[in-house]
Amino acid sequence: MRFTPHTEEDRREMLRQIGASSVEELFSDLPEAVRLDRPLHLPEGLSESEVAQLLADLAAQDLDMGRHVSFLGAGAYDRYIPSVVGEMLRRSEFYTAYTPYQPEISQGTLQAIFEFQSLIAALTDLDIAQASLYDGATAVAEAAMLAWGQTGRERIVVARSVDPQYRAVLRTYAHGRGLEVVELPLRDGRAAAEDVTAVAEGAACVIVQHPNFFGLLEDVDSMVKATHAAGALYIAVSDPISLAVLRPPGAYGADVAVGEGQALGIAPSFGGPFLGFMAARQEYLRRLPGRIVGETADKDGKKGYVLTFQTREQHIRREKATSNICTNQGLMALSATIYTTLLGPEGLRQAAALSIEGAHVLGDGLGRVAGADLAFSGPYAFEVAVRSRAKVADVEAAMLKAGMLGPLDLERFYPELPGYMLLSVTEKRTTEEIGRLLDVLQGVEA
Amino acid sequence: MKTIFEEHAPGRGTEYLPSRKVDLGAFLPAAEIRKELPLPELSEVQAVRHFTGLSRRNYGVDNGFYPLGSCTMKYNPKINEDTARLPGFAQVHPYQSEETVQGALRLMWELQQDLAEITGMDAVSLQPAAGAHGELTGILIVRAYHEAKGDAERTQVIVPDSAHGTNPATAAMAGFEVVHVPSDERGGVDVEALRLLASEKTAALMLTNPNTLGVFDERITEIAEIIHAAGGLLYYDGANLNAVLGHSRPGDMGFDIVHLNLHKTFSTPHGGGGPGAGPVGVKAHLKDFLPMPLVTNEQGHFHLSYDLPHSIGQMRSFYGNFGILVRAYTYIRALGGAGLREVSDDAVLNANYVLSLIKDHFDLPFDRIPKHEFVVAPPEDLVRQKGVKTLDIAKRLLDFDFHPPTVYFPLIVHEAMMIEPTETETKETLQGFAEILCRIIDEGRENPDYVKSAPHNTVVGRLDEARAVKQPKLLERLGG
Repeated sequence: MRFTPHTEEDRREMLRQIGASSVEELFSDLPEAVRLDRPLHLPEGLSESEVAQLLADLAAQDLDMGRHVSFLGAGAYDRYIPSVVGEMLRRSEFYTAYTPYQPEISQGTLQAIFEFQSLIAALTDLDIAQASLYDGATAVAEAAMLAWGQTGRERIVVARSVDPQYRAVLRTYAHGRGLEVVELPLRDGRAAAEDVTAVAEGAACVIVQHPNFFGLLEDVDSMVKATHAAGALYIAVSDPISLAVLRPPGAYGADVAVGEGQALGIAPSFGGPFLGFMAARQEYLRRLPGRIVGETADKDGKKGYVLTFQTREQHIRREKATSNICTNQGLMALSATIYTTLLGPEGLRQAAALSIEGAHVLGDGLGRVAGADLAFSGPYAFEVAVRSRAKVADVEAAMLKAGMLGPLDLERFYPELPGYMLLSVTEKRTTEEIGRLLDVLQGVEA
Repeated sequence: MKTIFEEHAPGRGTEYLPSRKVDLGAFLPAAEIRKELPLPELSEVQAVRHFTGLSRRNYGVDNGFYPLGSCTMKYNPKINEDTARLPGFAQVHPYQSEETVQGALRLMWELQQDLAEITGMDAVSLQPAAGAHGELTGILIVRAYHEAKGDAERTQVIVPDSAHGTNPATAAMAGFEVVHVPSDERGGVDVEALRLLASEKTAALMLTNPNTLGVFDERITEIAEIIHAAGGLLYYDGANLNAVLGHSRPGDMGFDIVHLNLHKTFSTPHGGGGPGAGPVGVKAHLKDFLPMPLVTNEQGHFHLSYDLPHSIGQMRSFYGNFGILVRAYTYIRALGGAGLREVSDDAVLNANYVLSLIKDHFDLPFDRIPKHEFVVAPPEDLVRQKGVKTLDIAKRLLDFDFHPPTVYFPLIVHEAMMIEPTETETKETLQGFAEILCRIIDEGRENPDYVKSAPHNTVVGRLDEARAVKQPKLLERLGG
């Protein structure tokens, strides 16, 4: 299958116009030593019908969350996505466009990003937001770099209750800049303000996720206080759905808010493409990484949008840029904008509320399961951390047999938590499905 | 057009979820519950019309010719969109157990192999989310490699003055000092200058080949020898790979590390600014430094392997922009090896064709056979006497429903205009574009003010970028 339109006659005419005898002649400046003197070892090309079948066969080897009941979450969620989202995303004026370098013919993308920035600022209750980052993990890492740039301090403090994927990426980025990463230990599944005070002196920032990786509410007020007392920036990590019902980062004193936007209308897609977001207080505007869209006007006073404050960025500032990010997750930001617009405040609240209720149906139901208990005390949402007497691998096998996906084995990321597992509930899970899960848990032999 | 905030009316929202009433107070402390949520409410029809309206104020490859140099805006096949949305790919959770995702893992493993073959590398990581992210991955590998050898003195990364801005920005992010090597009069790396710059401090040289001028650096073997002799590594920025598929491979040119832009060479759509994907390939001696995890194949069983003792770690959550990987895989399977080589044949043919049609109307900073793209500048008399600049020509092109080329890049060419037609365009489209471009030059001489005030047919005119900074309005709130 080819997408090149030329006939042999076209090629001949074009070569005549160029003044070359063959296409090969156009490659004559490639030195012999670097030429590939054999065909690429790849399978033969296929027709569209063949390639469609090949991909359908591959996809059929996977178990998907349409046919299986998923209790997996931990940073990637199986949420209901209204039909409109997919329909609008397939408008190719959006998805076949490049970064909006020519604003006069890119007002669609630019206004959508402006609206995305507005929605993120509203959800986080902060002053400004940028156009998107690769995912929640890199958003955390970029926020740490922002704090380093702002304070000149080389220690990054992060709670161990932050998503392990995010902490892993943070360590990779920090190593590049030669920064030290210090973790706040788990205290009953949470971070503690005393631990912040102990290490925050001389730190650029303190990074706390709320609700945290285990779904637990953190004591954010006392940690913000301890962070600011040390002159560090407080970086809040949050799930945007949780922001519909919980006090937002701006309200409890965060300087920067970041997170994973996948929950806002983006399919799980085996982990990507996802959507990183970042919002901040006004004073950090010139330190933000990536694109920012602003409103302006043309000479007739007609409203329009442009990429702005570009002197932060790599194509202008080169090695002095705030980040090297160029291509980001534009279409995913559009997806989040459409989803949030459709659901509105009531829909987002309902998505959050049904999920929290479901998590508690599960959490409370553990009371009738002999071999499983809630792992930690205190309020929780979205995720249910469970201590299991049966092996987690056995639980997983039993769930799979019952047509369910999950749980996440926490020992994989927390060696200190053997036999602990994470189950997640979204608004898609019914009370009946949760009941079936409890039956399965009851049936696993310890 | 109105924003979603201006279209808001309380109570307009549509019900997408079960309406069962939940008492949050039963689960959360009252003090933690949010009171105000100032988000807009639109009916479904309003929302559909709003976003459809926005799409009509946009221009993509499906609207017309998009010769944006360095960005490879080729046609994005629609089958790719269908395959990426198959439930077995789109509705799969990244924490599912390996036995439940064998299809996805096989696809990734095969893609790793294919990209290694295409680039002449030994191992590939699919994790990086975009080109610049791939660069950061590659340069962190450079850092880890020298660290593993106990070679802490290698603090410099050499970057040509014609390089993409992401190259120096990446080197700085990985903690390196950036050293610039000039271009010579042929548009390639000034090899004598490079000889003087390469030293025991050199960690790596970052290079694009063909470079940002669209010319192939035929002294590449010599360049590789200089860097390797100094103990440094050679990094290939794959932004221009579309020029040499099946003709020449970075691995055979002497490069140690390469990143690819799947959203350029491998036809995945750019999405108005992502998502892309920026896989990184390395030679065997650097395999252990790749980010985790890699997909491995043990007798037909596919695994996510974390067994990389020297790995730089993880570059993002999970395994990459998987949905983009599915699209690129679909494209490679559709074309096959011969099809990929033909892509480069026609990409180079098309660039040379457009150049041949317009060269009498423009200045050519480097008169060489271009590869997939080329750089020209408007004639000096037009710029000097009439004040018609590259930006004006770009804006006038909008009136003819063409996306303009990349402008003012590379930085080493005054008033640069970088044209990359790609292989998917017909001869007639290319001719039409060339004619209009030449006509605009003539028009600039006859009626410069009309060109300077372009565009005349777009939904907004030239926007005041200075005002966007001086009176910043970066978001809107409900109620203004």
